[in-house]
Amino acid sequence: MQLHDVWFVLIAVLWIGYFFLEGFDFGVGILTKLLARDRPERRVLINTIGPVWDGNEVWLLTAGGATFAAFPEWYATLFSGFYLPLLLILVCLIVRGVAFEYRAKRPEEKWQRNWETALFWTSLIPAFGWGVAFGNIVRGVKIDQHLEYVGNVWDLLNPFALLGGLVTLTLFTFHGAVFTALKTVGDIRERARKLALRVGLLTAVLALAFLTWTQLDRGDGTSLAAMIVAVVALVAALVANQVGREGWSFAFSGVTVVAAVAMLFLTLFPNVMPSTLNADWNLTVSNASSSHYTLTIMTWCAGIATPIILLYQGWTYWVFRKRIGTQHIADAPAGAVH
Amino acid sequence: MDIALAPETLARWQFGITTVYHFLFVPLTISLAALTAGLQTAWVRTGKEKYLRATKFWGKLFLINIAMGVVTGIVQEFQFGMNWSDYSRFVGDIFGAPLAFEALIAFFFESTFIGLWIFGWDKLPKKLHLACIWMVSIGTILSAYFILAANSWMQHPVGYRINKAKGRAELTDFWQVLTQNTTLAQVFHTLSAAFLTGGAFMVGIACYHLLRRKHIAVMKTSLRLGLVTVVIGGLLTAVSGDTLGKVMFKQQPMKMAAAEALWDGQNSAPFSIFAYGDVSKGHNSVELSVPGLLSFLADDTFDSYVPGINDTNKAEQQKFGPGDYRPIIPVTFWGFRWMIGFGMASFAIGLAGLWLTRKKFMLPQHLRVGEDEVPHLVLFKNKPLGPTLTAWYWRIAIWTLAFPLIANSWGWIFTEMGRQPWVVYGVLRTRDAVSPGVFQGEVIASMTVFTLLYAILAVIEVRLLVKYVKAGPPELTEADLNPPTRIGGDSQDADKPMAFSY
Repeated sequence: MQLHDVWFVLIAVLWIGYFFLEGFDFGVGILTKLLARDRPERRVLINTIGPVWDGNEVWLLTAGGATFAAFPEWYATLFSGFYLPLLLILVCLIVRGVAFEYRAKRPEEKWQRNWETALFWTSLIPAFGWGVAFGNIVRGVKIDQHLEYVGNVWDLLNPFALLGGLVTLTLFTFHGAVFTALKTVGDIRERARKLALRVGLLTAVLALAFLTWTQLDRGDGTSLAAMIVAVVALVAALVANQVGREGWSFAFSGVTVVAAVAMLFLTLFPNVMPSTLNADWNLTVSNASSSHYTLTIMTWCAGIATPIILLYQGWTYWVFRKRIGTQHIADAPAGAVH
Repeated sequence: MDIALAPETLARWQFGITTVYHFLFVPLTISLAALTAGLQTAWVRTGKEKYLRATKFWGKLFLINIAMGVVTGIVQEFQFGMNWSDYSRFVGDIFGAPLAFEALIAFFFESTFIGLWIFGWDKLPKKLHLACIWMVSIGTILSAYFILAANSWMQHPVGYRINKAKGRAELTDFWQVLTQNTTLAQVFHTLSAAFLTGGAFMVGIACYHLLRRKHIAVMKTSLRLGLVTVVIGGLLTAVSGDTLGKVMFKQQPMKMAAAEALWDGQNSAPFSIFAYGDVSKGHNSVELSVPGLLSFLADDTFDSYVPGINDTNKAEQQKFGPGDYRPIIPVTFWGFRWMIGFGMASFAIGLAGLWLTRKKFMLPQHLRVGEDEVPHLVLFKNKPLGPTLTAWYWRIAIWTLAFPLIANSWGWIFTEMGRQPWVVYGVLRTRDAVSPGVFQGEVIASMTVFTLLYAILAVIEVRLLVKYVKAGPPELTEADLNPPTRIGGDSQDADKPMAFSY
């Protein structure tokens, strides 16, 4: 296994980590409109992810930075090629981050409602958008002999990629609903479980279609194994949710995310972005990667930093392990500054 | 294609707008994290309530700023690929590494521990909670270090070779990128300026309250802390600026010649303080300058030779082939002056403030004031300023708040514009760095979107800051004074509302 293969795996790991973690906080953002009935309930939802969403998002920044460093050609083609969709996602991430921090900073109902609406859309659009992006990466796009993207924005909105977008959207919503059931008490927990069942069934249908399509198109034995794990885990998550084992249900919905994203990367390898124009123009791990020296120092850095990151991020989840309900939300008197 | 709408021009404007905007929040974040950590340390060590109230007050303002710093930072990372894909292809092997290090080592640290700090008041024992804000502070400083190492490489590329076959630059010595003198001088200069910025922010807001005789105990402490930070930060900014200047005279003579609008090289070159007339067309009609000072700044002697714009341009033409290697002279000339001018002005006001609020023991009995009284401003020993002068000092100090922010912005505009037409000095021209496949309309769309979004966010941010500044430090509650003793919170508090919730 060469170093650029290691880095392909590491970047896959970073995206998997990102979708696992921000997947559920996107889901919770979407649930603020689907599940919560009133303002205290919306606040309970937002606070289940309050202490952790920022740390979750850093997985994306790291995936971006690592791609830049390890596969500059991939980074350049991907980000200049997917210009407008990425712009939309970036705008969502900006507004979303501000929404979290600023929503509670004024007591007026209108102010808070506006930020809640913003939070809903800025969770929904990236949850859909990342699926479209990955659908296109896996399927391949118009890349010319200079490794430049030569298609336009409409080429990115093909049926396969759009189905991918629906899969991530529903899967993240399901993942978020299961997370909500795990992190809350009372009525909201019960309703989260009921919603998880419905969203989960929809996810199962869409995911099965998308993953099968992917498998038939360019799969092999290992991708088939990953696909089976993803599907079985999704069923297990639904079952665990039905019998009230919320911890297990969340673990299984997490495995679904991990296995499904892993499958996409497995079908991709050794390409990082295939060309639909000519197979000779594919971006691959070898023609897109950095020099051996750069990959070596990066490997050292990632090798040392990643376990430490996992330790302290894991610790955060442990510190905030208690379930919350509406009783934990202090009703700030109007005009109070906290 | 119309030059004003050429992709290079648009991409540069977009980079300039998003970077200057992002950098309004970065220095405030770096310094306020450390200052808040310092105040919280004082609370943990002394148990004095004013320190806890100050921690909560400045901590809140810090959080409002860091939220904007974080979200505008995401754009920075992604626009290299979006607008500057040929740059990314050419230098990714080198430039990407510090960026990845920044994410792995600094961002994770900062963002994870900030969540712990915000939500951890009733979940973490006192000292552990304190450790979290220090972790955030370390994260912000590490982050600055890595990004400045990447930028310094663009100013002065080292530790690389050109791989002709692949058409790109490749890293040969990462250690050199991290430790070259350009990096160290830039880090030193930028961090000291960040503390000057946070100090002035604190001074300005403290003076606002003292002028209105409100929240005096907390604001007195904050005022002194802010003044000391301004003075130390300002001194270090000057020292490090001088160091960085000397480095740049050697590494980027064109930038420094342009900074001075020094057209022809000369011995004992003067430092121009002010010029009137068109600096872009040779020398000026009215000019105030200090003879020999530029030579001294460049080389530590008053009579050494400093190369000018014309000779440097000729030298570069011989080295890199025909072309115009001059940056836009008026922008570099005035940018350099605004940077120094506004930085020095805030330092001067800080120094004056520190002198005027000297410690109690220097004052006679009748001038000493208690915790809850507005401090006397004392010009000479035993000689307080009159009420009018005092009020003026508070007012001027409030305005100082903005000075370092202006200085920072011009500093970046100067250093980035002064490097043109190069994006990597002597290696890659800016015009060869833009994305070839991106349509003009796409860049126009993104620039419009970001500019509008940033403008709206600026209004929201400023209004929030004003609201929280006016509200002053919060009163303490029972829960604030009795932090939990166990991680995750004390078990008897199971159904109590959270100390902080969104």
